[in-house]
Amino acid sequence: MNKVGSFIGRYQLSHFIILALLIFVVMPLALDSFRLNMVGKYLTYAFVALGLVLCWGYGGILSLGQGVFFGIGGYCMAMFLKLEASSPENTAIQSTPGIPDFMDWNQLTELPWFWVPFQSFTFTIFAILILPAAFAFIIAVAMFKRRVGGVYFAIITQAIAAILTILIIGQQGYTGGVNGITDLRTLHGWDIRTDEAKTILYFVNGLLLFGCLFVARYIIKSKLGRLLVAMREREDRVRFSGYDVSAFKIFIFCAAATISAIGGAMFTLQVGFMSPTFVGTGPSIEMVIFCALGGRLAILGAVYGALVVNWAKTSFSESFPELWLFAMGALFIGVVMAFPNGLAGLYQTYIAPWLQKYVPEKFHWIITNRNPEESGAEIAVAGETASEDEKKSKAGELSHAGN
Amino acid sequence: MHSGTRPKTGNLRRRSLLKNLLAIPAALALAHAPSTLADAANTTGLAVTADTVKVGILHSVTGTMAISETGSVQAEKLAIEQINAMGGVLGRKIEFIQEDGASDWPTFAEKSKKLLVNDKVAAVFGCWTSASRKAALPVFEQYNGMLYYPTFYEGLEQSPNVIYTGQEATQQILEGLDWADKTKGAKKYFLLGSDYIWPRTSNKIARKHIENVLGDKVVGEEYYPLGHTQFNSVINKIKLKKPDVVFISVVGGSNVAFYKQLKAAGIDMSKEKPLFLTISVTEDEILGIGGENIEGIYASMKYFQSLPNDNNKAFVEAFKKKWGKDIVIGDVTQAAYLGPWLWKAAVEKAGSFDIDKVREASPGIELTTAPEGYVKVHPNHHLWSKTRIGQAQKDGQYKVVYESKELIEPNPFPEGYQ
Repeated sequence: MNKVGSFIGRYQLSHFIILALLIFVVMPLALDSFRLNMVGKYLTYAFVALGLVLCWGYGGILSLGQGVFFGIGGYCMAMFLKLEASSPENTAIQSTPGIPDFMDWNQLTELPWFWVPFQSFTFTIFAILILPAAFAFIIAVAMFKRRVGGVYFAIITQAIAAILTILIIGQQGYTGGVNGITDLRTLHGWDIRTDEAKTILYFVNGLLLFGCLFVARYIIKSKLGRLLVAMREREDRVRFSGYDVSAFKIFIFCAAATISAIGGAMFTLQVGFMSPTFVGTGPSIEMVIFCALGGRLAILGAVYGALVVNWAKTSFSESFPELWLFAMGALFIGVVMAFPNGLAGLYQTYIAPWLQKYVPEKFHWIITNRNPEESGAEIAVAGETASEDEKKSKAGELSHAGN
Repeated sequence: MHSGTRPKTGNLRRRSLLKNLLAIPAALALAHAPSTLADAANTTGLAVTADTVKVGILHSVTGTMAISETGSVQAEKLAIEQINAMGGVLGRKIEFIQEDGASDWPTFAEKSKKLLVNDKVAAVFGCWTSASRKAALPVFEQYNGMLYYPTFYEGLEQSPNVIYTGQEATQQILEGLDWADKTKGAKKYFLLGSDYIWPRTSNKIARKHIENVLGDKVVGEEYYPLGHTQFNSVINKIKLKKPDVVFISVVGGSNVAFYKQLKAAGIDMSKEKPLFLTISVTEDEILGIGGENIEGIYASMKYFQSLPNDNNKAFVEAFKKKWGKDIVIGDVTQAAYLGPWLWKAAVEKAGSFDIDKVREASPGIELTTAPEGYVKVHPNHHLWSKTRIGQAQKDGQYKVVYESKELIEPNPFPEGYQ
């Protein structure tokens, strides 16, 4: 615990454990296979929300195009699975057997060159991890080296999401167009459509999510994390201290991209298809909402945010098929108006103090964080009474202390 | 059952054990009794009780597709209400569970699964776009559900778990092109569509038919992204190439822009120079485009609200009574209306709600009460139906100018057109 605790902290560790119990024990026991698969799907969005906590919450880089990276990850996985599902025997009815069905409909007669490497699983895994990071790197270098930031950067990421959607839809012979890549069946001969497979994928997904959460936590606790907070609050000061600000921004943006792509790949595996509807501007903004609702400074909040929003979406739409969007709107407005720091803020300001009354003193470390050395998340929330400026200077001082 | 009784003395224990043993078959028989009624017609655990049967309705009632899919929801609800008024299916009232696909393809897959796995519905009436059907299809095949799909679509598909109540591409296209060639003497065609699978496949079929069967010429083929609203360049191309027929499969909101811009460019569509033949504009779309902007174009469909037969008059009247007198009914709405009726006929023929038995019973099912006239289910799960050509009028209705003599055989995998 001491080793782990060195970058997690006792309080955070207890909350990691609570989330782990929820995901690995409570959910699988309480839910049938269908609902569990849906929770698995929601958790894939948590990857994106987690990426946003890092690059928006800590790095101060608001990206409205995270769907792009989610999509790249998802499409890489879908291409591999589609090739496996399009064996010459399965596609004997087509004019050109052995290529994906949508290519046949679009009069392609051979597999395009960029599809060929995706016959290899190893290549696919590398592509899922590296392609989005490389793409993010190009965007980030082009933007941050020129000190493009803030709203301009957000607009550009939106544009990229829109462009990629149009590209995918327009090139339907190569990408499956607006239908996406559908009817995925097996992974190395293992049928991913059975309930058993879905349950296994749920646990794999959960483990990967925890892997990413630990990485995120490590980044936040490291010197890099302090620098990010400092940069977010007073970019100039950090620059004048001799740091290359853009390098940190590029790094965190690429890290967020890779994390999102892992979510995308797991999404494809669990849902069984990928389509441009996850790449565009709409879903990208929705993913920012998951993050905002969870609390943009809380990595665990991101997971809860993705779970709560998607669960609400499913249950509202099942109960009120024609009115559910209003309920969703009300939920967003309500949470943002009442708790600007999201669910994490709600917990810190209301639930934790209430719990403290009923829990013996010696267990208080589970409920609240008394350690002032903790990251900026708690500072922003704890300093609820402090004015915005005071909060900023606090965070600034802290990060300087860290330097 | 044993755990329920805890006798204390040995004597009692023996007796109660004996009782318990005797009670097992009795209890089993009792537990069995109430459900035997349902069992004969339902051996696979569907949501069928002695007097109700659950079905699903799955369309987008929110999002961009809501405007198109609402008509289908209304038609399906009307059909279910009418069937219930007639005493239901196999003596059971239909109860529907409605889910929203939200114009989002994965949501269709998620909701399909919910309907099949959690609600155990006996049939689902739903999906609209090809993308939503493609997303939901693997779910229906995996969990062996039955989907009644209403939209005219590109073909190239024949699932044992879907009954296609709309036309596949050849049923809509070939007769329309023949008509343009024979009646209007058209020789040069310009193909225009939105850029996705349905227009592309439709135009592939159209081109082969124009070039190989009719011996005419295609002078242009253009695609624009979904939602595109700038058609001036293609309008100029049409003016330049002077085709006899512009064959259009532009969908959704793009239609509004396209026809308004045509009119603004000074093209009088009722002069038929060129003649505009669409396979994608039903009465529903005209509501958005405005009758005065589209007056004079032709559409090749299987159903128009103005069809003069008695079935249709009764249908239109019932529809307007339920959903308001200003409502219009398009081709897909009518096809959606057929779904519950075809399902009822198949269940009654099979004497069972079991999916496998319904599937087996489906080919050969006839519907003489269909608003479009007579339809029949082909072994390939599509419908035999007529092709009709209508001309758009100022009031937003189509006037039927041509009707194929025979029912057209559905052919989702047309030889020589791929």
